[in-house]
Amino acid sequence: MPRLKLFLPLGAFFLLGLLLFRGLSLDPTALPSALVGKRFPEFELMGLRSGEPVTRAALVGDPMLVNVWATWCYSCRVEHPFLLDLAERGIKIVGLNYKDDSAKAVAWLDELGDPYAISVADTDGTLGLDMGVYGAPETYVVDARGVVQYRHVGVLDAGVWQSELSAWFGAAAVGEAR
Amino acid sequence: MKVITILPYRRVLALTMLFWTCVAAAVIETYEFSDPSLELRYHALSDELRCPKCQNQTIADSNAPIAKDLRFLLHQQLEEGASDAEILDFMVARYGEFVRYRPGLDGRTMVLWYGPLLVTILGLLGLAMHLRGRTQTAPLTAPSEGERAALRAKISDRLQGGGEPR
Repeated sequence: MPRLKLFLPLGAFFLLGLLLFRGLSLDPTALPSALVGKRFPEFELMGLRSGEPVTRAALVGDPMLVNVWATWCYSCRVEHPFLLDLAERGIKIVGLNYKDDSAKAVAWLDELGDPYAISVADTDGTLGLDMGVYGAPETYVVDARGVVQYRHVGVLDAGVWQSELSAWFGAAAVGEAR
Repeated sequence: MKVITILPYRRVLALTMLFWTCVAAAVIETYEFSDPSLELRYHALSDELRCPKCQNQTIADSNAPIAKDLRFLLHQQLEEGASDAEILDFMVARYGEFVRYRPGLDGRTMVLWYGPLLVTILGLLGLAMHLRGRTQTAPLTAPSEGERAALRAKISDRLQGGGEPR
């Protein structure tokens, strides 16, 4: 028994090592949204191109992605081609142009292509605040009932789509994803 | 006449630190408060709210755009007469319990709140057991005559007839 006691520090060391090793592969920036499982917030904002008011009612009905983007956001440019790709496959994407200059945003969409079924201009970041957005890009999965199911922070690419988001868009969407 | 005197090291250090703090404070905008008590609450709350973007800073420390927005919002809500609890609830509803450096007590934060206490108690228990074990070792007593005889017999057996041990 006293012999075994000598191995206690070694055991403690290995336990601590395991704990810290686990920590190496955790992503501390992965924050679940406080909105998950809740209704997508009510809002009334201007459409980016139309300048007509858009409300929550205009968005919901089908499962969709809500993509928070801005022209000042470099990563948004990186994920943009993939969003176009998704839109082509029939995924409904709502674009929330977050704290941006609308003229610049329209120019960006004209130049690079417009993946958004609906575009909303959140110039002051009020809807962003209600959604708990803390940067761009962020992408939310909102189901057909208008309930937020998931949030991805950062660039949306094929890997993220496959592993985290596609499940909410039916078997067809998963199958089509490269 | 000596014009230049070399500044004492400590004074230079003090001056350097003084200007450093000025630079550090300059990144934060200033707000006017209608009441000094609001300003106190502003400082207390902005020191308790965590910046969602730069995770190891409070919104008072951080210069991230989101921290700036949250400070603006905090000021606005304080001026509108919101209570501390209302403001914290507002923030938590949007950014999650994560946004508080002093999270409320629930199932997930139980370990945070009671973990240190539990570890302290375990440590004290361990220490008590260890100390008790040390004082309870049996005291040494001289062997009785019978035990001595038995031991002598054993030793002589081992020495294979080597006679009485010295």
